[in-house]
Amino acid sequence: MLQFERWKVVLVLFLTVMGILYAAPDVAPPKTQAWLAKNMPGWLPSGTINLGLDLQGGSHLLLQADINSVVKDRVASMEDAARNRLRHDSIGYVDLAAKADGITFKLRHPAADHAAAYKIASNLEDRAAVDISSSGVVSVTLGEDALKALNAQVIQQSIEIVRRRIDETGTKEPVIEQQGENRIVVELPGVADPEHVKQLLGKTAKMSFHLVDMNATDGQPLPGDVRMPMQNDPGQSVVIREHAVLTGDMLVDSQPTFEQGEPVVSFRFNSIGATRFCDVTRDNTGKPFAIVLDDKVISAPRINEPICGGSGIITGGFTVKQAQDLSLLLRSGALPAPLKVIEERSVGPSLGSDSVAAGKVAASVAMGAVLVLMTCSYGLFGIFADIALILNMVFIFALLSMLQATLTLPGIAGIILTIGIAVDANVLVYERIREELRAGRSVLAAVDAGYVHAKATIIDSNITTLTVAVILFSFGTGPVKGFAVSMSIGIITSLFAALMLTRLMIVTWLRKARPTKIDI
Amino acid sequence: MLRFRIVKDNTNVKFMSIHKLALFFSGAMMVTSVVLLFTRGLNFGIDFTGGLLMEIRTPMAVHIGDVRAALSKMSTGAPTIQEFGNGEVMVKIPGKEAAHVTREQISAEMKKLLDNKVDFRRAEYVGPQVGHELIMKGVDAFIYSMIGILLYIWVRFEWQFGVTGVIALAHDVCATLLFFTLTGYEFDLSTVAAVLLVAGYSINDTVVVFDRIRENLRKYRKMPLAEVFNVSVNQTLSRTMMTSMMTFLAMLALLLFGPQVIRGFTYAMLVGIIVGTYSSIFVASPILLYMNLRREPVPAKKETELAK
Repeated sequence: MLQFERWKVVLVLFLTVMGILYAAPDVAPPKTQAWLAKNMPGWLPSGTINLGLDLQGGSHLLLQADINSVVKDRVASMEDAARNRLRHDSIGYVDLAAKADGITFKLRHPAADHAAAYKIASNLEDRAAVDISSSGVVSVTLGEDALKALNAQVIQQSIEIVRRRIDETGTKEPVIEQQGENRIVVELPGVADPEHVKQLLGKTAKMSFHLVDMNATDGQPLPGDVRMPMQNDPGQSVVIREHAVLTGDMLVDSQPTFEQGEPVVSFRFNSIGATRFCDVTRDNTGKPFAIVLDDKVISAPRINEPICGGSGIITGGFTVKQAQDLSLLLRSGALPAPLKVIEERSVGPSLGSDSVAAGKVAASVAMGAVLVLMTCSYGLFGIFADIALILNMVFIFALLSMLQATLTLPGIAGIILTIGIAVDANVLVYERIREELRAGRSVLAAVDAGYVHAKATIIDSNITTLTVAVILFSFGTGPVKGFAVSMSIGIITSLFAALMLTRLMIVTWLRKARPTKIDI
Repeated sequence: MLRFRIVKDNTNVKFMSIHKLALFFSGAMMVTSVVLLFTRGLNFGIDFTGGLLMEIRTPMAVHIGDVRAALSKMSTGAPTIQEFGNGEVMVKIPGKEAAHVTREQISAEMKKLLDNKVDFRRAEYVGPQVGHELIMKGVDAFIYSMIGILLYIWVRFEWQFGVTGVIALAHDVCATLLFFTLTGYEFDLSTVAAVLLVAGYSINDTVVVFDRIRENLRKYRKMPLAEVFNVSVNQTLSRTMMTSMMTFLAMLALLLFGPQVIRGFTYAMLVGIIVGTYSSIFVASPILLYMNLRREPVPAKKETELAK
């Protein structure tokens, strides 16, 4: 173990220099960091460690999409469509009903209408499975594949809409990702109070225009009508036609603006929407129509004249903020499914910077204690181990910077734990050298035997710890993961530091000094 | 230069002579731990129970009674309100009650009470479903760690070592959990990470002793088992103490100077280090004694060589 081939020496020195280069930007003052990021040539490292939300302050939201409500909607629209088509084609049926994942109905004339019914049924939904029994029971079912595809589509669309809404709020570098099957993680650096974002994401923002049913006497809804509460005054309600004449997906733009000093929201339809809006307003001049958002009526103004320019405004007694938010929601589009916040973790900037400061102090104290203890126990060899420990810290930061890993609070704890454990490999070797010396071996033989015998133990004990770290990483969430990352990196760098760096130092010293006795 | 040794050279403590006492003590501790775990239970944090937590800091004098009175207007059930002395106040609403209030409402109430001089520190909300999932993930992680460690030691040593290692590890985990049931310190996600690390640390310590036992079993083929174990523990004692002490000091620094948010983690680690050191000295080898370890027979030729 005392031979060091030249290439190994070169490799160890090269890795050490690279480590220092990669870690250097992390300890540079903020101004220098910014300068480095701008002016360093691309091949030189300039990246720094990302601080996690718990250290820089920010919010972590976990949203869950209510896929069931989408499935329910789909099934309901399948039922509607089936009813209309069957009626349209004059096919006799009974018992049309919605199930959890599809619809069923029974044909009055199974033999005669089989082909026609099959055609209607298979056109209801793309991936639905159609089955017609011999007794004429037709079932259209959204199978597992269909549900999965629907799920994927809903999540993808939701992520897109969430991104648009958050981008509109001006949050810097938000992270929006899918997690699991029906969840979305939203990370908002620097946003300690995510109330506004939560408000924006809590609305599906499905907008539609409906005619108000003037025939509904005494506010009693007629068939095809529905009663909806007013947004501003939930006590009041309006009876409207259930069928929407226009929907929010026909909007191309929406902006907050003012009319007669009052905040309002302007909107513009696409060409299809514009034509339809023109028709509807021309046919219903003088009658009121309702603008509905998420099952609440925002306003129900009277149509004074046909509106054929494709644009209009919504008045609703808004505050400036409400007008801004509504236009933002209309611009960014409706969420396909309602989202619910199922987990939230926010850290204020003061706690974040306190944690960093406290972490630095704790790390320095831990480091000091270990350095002193090592020197007092093993003398010069202790100092070798100390140098390796300091370089070990450099390597940890270098690797974290290189991997662009995120340093979290538990990550700091992991690093401090590493300070304590890292020298273990050195301790094992040194204790063994002591034993070999006591057994009467020469200095060189003792050092050599120390490394040879301790190596297996070092590898065994570190692999078991690494196993735990890797398992923590794969099962852990958020904070635990950060801990596992810095822990694993710490184990690997400390093995390099103890088995290569310290050994190189000791071997070099032994060659130069040629001691006949060592004090260890 | 000041020099010292934590363990003197050629130390020979008869650890194995008290192995029955140690095993009895450890066994009793483990039973107590399991019993308390089921009767008294852990004080689970909102990571696991679900709930709402909010921490603020204020230069104003805070009376917990006032905070409680202000919050009792909302349907918060029985919130835990803690003051840390440096103007930090923590409000915790566990479980289902958290569904009835929002962080914004609590925040508004606190601002009203404290004259708007409120510095927001952190807030956490964990839905009941998420809490349940986090528990399951923690349990999974624990089981898989055990299996991973058991398999590795099995491959590297003999099965007796693997089983003993896992028992020693269970011992350390039990002791750490006992600490949490007795003190009532909050048990949250980072504590689970700590318990898993205690497991890793414990096995690390034990493996070093096992390694030496394996070596000495080959070296001293005629020595009685108990004696081999005693020699091995003594030979590795210096290393065990050095590493434990340094890890302990590092964690102590984290406890005294480190961020307050991860106190639970640090406590668990400190307890784990102490117990882990104890178990690798006093518990692991005695268990191995009862594991019916098969020793390689002493070769006839070597015997005669030794006789010369």
